[in-house]
Amino acid sequence: MLNCREVTHLCSQELERPLGLWERLSLKAHLMMCDGCSNFRGQMTTIREAMRTYREGRAVTSEQGSDRDPRC
Amino acid sequence: MAATDGVSSGAAKPQGVSGEALMAIRSDMLRFAQLQLRDSHAAEDVVQEAIEAALGHAESFAGRSSLKTWVFAILRNKIIDHIRQRDRSIAVSSLMGEDEDFDQKLDQLFNEQGRWTAECRPARWPDPEDSMASRQFWGAFEACLDVMPEKIARVFMMREFLGLESGEICTQLGLTTTNLHVILHRARLRLRECLESGWIRSGGQAC
Repeated sequence: MLNCREVTHLCSQELERPLGLWERLSLKAHLMMCDGCSNFRGQMTTIREAMRTYREGRAVTSEQGSDRDPRC
Repeated sequence: MAATDGVSSGAAKPQGVSGEALMAIRSDMLRFAQLQLRDSHAAEDVVQEAIEAALGHAESFAGRSSLKTWVFAILRNKIIDHIRQRDRSIAVSSLMGEDEDFDQKLDQLFNEQGRWTAECRPARWPDPEDSMASRQFWGAFEACLDVMPEKIARVFMMREFLGLESGEICTQLGLTTTNLHVILHRARLRLRECLESGWIRSGGQAC
């Protein structure tokens, strides 16, 4: 059984290489029971997406963008 | 004049490649290059090269993407060329050593069983689409990339900004795949932590 610390590592690994069958199954089993790690995995996806958006020059800089703050 | 932005204008009107349009995005290009290269002279050089290349190949800009996206792709290639020529390997020991205090930090996130501690258990972030339409998010994001330790940032950005494959990064820097994965993982954890304090909690204490 994987612990959260190991799962965070796997969440990063899956961005780098295809996970093996055992890794995928144990990741899935853990995420089903663990909100913290599910949220962590979502955050990793957001970071990857943000990096892609930024590198494509689609980040919203000073002149444009929404004033609405999604944190509110 | 601001360049059209891919986020807000899916159906951008056709726009030519003019020196004026390029000047309008030059500061964004410089920031991008500086984050990657950490060397303001080199950043100026690659941005200049990218602008010249864009003007020289203006006819190949089809207007399918926004001008900024097109120019950023050119800039990315110029940075990759620069990095390939630089060919400076990073000593593995210094890469791993740069981040020793981070290991202690990690120990605060998890208890002895490797489970999240109560105060550090990750919460859900705002919807990514909303975040990425927000200037505050990008302000925090750039600031967080900026404070990342230099060598780790270099590796992380080769992967995520330049989109280089693991194999090439390992060859360039003389790293093993395992080392590379550890470094990338630490970089993501750092970025996440920084966004937690700089964005989600706005200056509050993050784990």
